[in-house]
Amino acid sequence: MLDSALRSLQSTQIATAISEGDTLFPWIECVHVLALTLVIGSIAIVDLRLLGLRSRARSVLETMAEALPITWTAFSIAVVTGGLMFASNAVAYAHNAFFQAKIVLIGCAGLNMLVYHSYVARSAASWHTASSTPLRARLVGGVSLALWIAVAACGRWIGFTINAPA
Amino acid sequence: MLRSLHSFCTQLAATPLSQAIQSTEWIVPAVQTVHILAVATVITSVLMIDLRLMGFTLRKQSIGAVTSRYLPPVWYALPVLLATGATLIIAEPSRSLQNPIFLLKMCLLLLAAGVTLVCQLPLRQDAGYWEGSRSRRWRAKLIGFLSLPLWIAIVFAGRWIAYVQAK
Repeated sequence: MLDSALRSLQSTQIATAISEGDTLFPWIECVHVLALTLVIGSIAIVDLRLLGLRSRARSVLETMAEALPITWTAFSIAVVTGGLMFASNAVAYAHNAFFQAKIVLIGCAGLNMLVYHSYVARSAASWHTASSTPLRARLVGGVSLALWIAVAACGRWIGFTINAPA
Repeated sequence: MLRSLHSFCTQLAATPLSQAIQSTEWIVPAVQTVHILAVATVITSVLMIDLRLMGFTLRKQSIGAVTSRYLPPVWYALPVLLATGATLIIAEPSRSLQNPIFLLKMCLLLLAAGVTLVCQLPLRQDAGYWEGSRSRRWRAKLIGFLSLPLWIAIVFAGRWIAYVQAK
């Protein structure tokens, strides 16, 4: 059932154009890599501030205002380019353990962000300008950093377990 | 010259170190992951600086202030990039050393490092240097518009090494 949906996805015109073309896949991958480095780099700026390790002279909220627009722009580009690469070989990606782990880890990073907004950010007014942050903020920052590093690793391992077209 | 490069690659690939890396499956993807995380550090920091130089973001802060916050991570990440890059070369010498895209990437890297230094060095004497005059503000803008495409091209070239056959 799911496999037949994936098969019809990878036989769409756009998917076959990517899997059969000589240069489309590498170019999409280039943009994906650029986007994901910006996602991880910009989130790391926020995480390191939440951990109290960097940007200590600036408040947590200022740091977020500076970095998060880049995170969200780059994340949407990474989702679109990732979706295109997925479509080109949907069955193989869906069954790849590193791809599955990557999606789960991105989901966990989303949950971690929700935890920040529902439990940690509420009290931010009382500590966001201080150079040292409370334990709960440091936990969220550390978990986020670890998750995104794992996402990058899974992404690289997908490349070694599924052959790119051409 | 090309022949001696080829024999250098063959000899390097036959060294015990290269053999050890090749025969341990996880080393190359793990080293590539660290390489990409270091790339993330550089490209994000450079984007922050270049967007400020171009005048698109962070305009309330001086160029000197933005640079002093975001340039140090670039120089910290550079040795990590060189060490992981060297490991990848030792693992598969001909994949990169005999690849025209790799050569292009190294040339672009030298250019980008040069452009970065042109931005950074005057700030050592005078943190307000780039705001000092109208012509300096224009030159700062130009540096931003030169630097960002160079770094993006470096990232793209890095990925294309995998797709272009070594000669």
